[in-house]
Amino acid sequence: MNENTEIDKNKDKPAQTHKIGIYLWIWGLLFVLSFFSYMVDWYQFQGILRWSLILFFMFLKAGLIMAFFMHLFWERYTLVNVLLWPMTAIACFVGLMVAEAKYTFFSRLIYFVLGG
Amino acid sequence: MSDSSLENLPKGWKSVPSDLGSDQTAFKGVQWGKAMMWIFLLSDTFIFSCFLISYMKGRASTVVDWPNTSHVFSLDFMGVPVPLLLIAIMTFVLITSSGTMALAVKYGYEKNRKMCGHLILATAIGGLIFVGMQAFEWSKLIHEGVRPWSNPFGAGQFGSYFFMITGFHGTHVSIGVIFLFIFARKVYRGDFDTGRRGFFTTMKSDYVSIEILGLYWHFVDLVWVFIFAFFYLW
Repeated sequence: MNENTEIDKNKDKPAQTHKIGIYLWIWGLLFVLSFFSYMVDWYQFQGILRWSLILFFMFLKAGLIMAFFMHLFWERYTLVNVLLWPMTAIACFVGLMVAEAKYTFFSRLIYFVLGG
Repeated sequence: MSDSSLENLPKGWKSVPSDLGSDQTAFKGVQWGKAMMWIFLLSDTFIFSCFLISYMKGRASTVVDWPNTSHVFSLDFMGVPVPLLLIAIMTFVLITSSGTMALAVKYGYEKNRKMCGHLILATAIGGLIFVGMQAFEWSKLIHEGVRPWSNPFGAGQFGSYFFMITGFHGTHVSIGVIFLFIFARKVYRGDFDTGRRGFFTTMKSDYVSIEILGLYWHFVDLVWVFIFAFFYLW
């Protein structure tokens, strides 16, 4: 116990903390954005409008969570880069699988639906 | 985070080559456990991405119509079917618990033991409610005849993707809830104030653990954002 309090005194000053306001703001924004993305389904938007709105709200929410709740906004660039660059590999994978899905879909149309 | 030692280091983009080329640690000011949690979350991102990409591929390549999720996941409220009602409530519950977790991390670093403990407990209860609603949703769909190989609403692949993706996410939430309860107890007991040594480790407890736990919990919320967008809304 004594040894620990000694160490606590020698420790650096308390780690950086952020004002409570920033968390409450992000929290509120996440609620509003979730409500908006729910409204996309409620009003039954279709087509490009639906997909672009879904993606817009999704990336905005994901960005807010990562930047402020997960503190990435305040981290040094090395960690941020190590975490975000691998996402390009996922984007490539998505691109590859879109092409693959189209190929499978048209093969199925030709052989299953049209009957070869 | 020892900020005093970081002040003399290069900032911005210049910090990347200098940090990576420096001695001993690449992630300056990041406690090792936190760096390991981030690397674990990165690998978990890849697993969830593979699931969601396989779902995209399956849905885009089937010639049978995909079930209308807005209809499948509707819930009767006073006799009126409300589309995606349960899913919307689950989303709000998870965001609420993410908010309480963020505040718990803040109060942890301020060494406010009681507030930190209360907020972690609130987060755990939020997670528990989420898992409960997910169990309800699963049993409802199973009663309606949704199986991993077929379902009455449309393309047969729907069930397998639904159970796999939400199941894997639900497992993450459940594991998170268990750890939240464990850490709530540790906080209330004062482990992080006295530096009491942990059960699995001889190292002294530190409030940075709460931030690491928070990273995991926010990640679970983050994955739900993507599942909500791609699986339920798309």
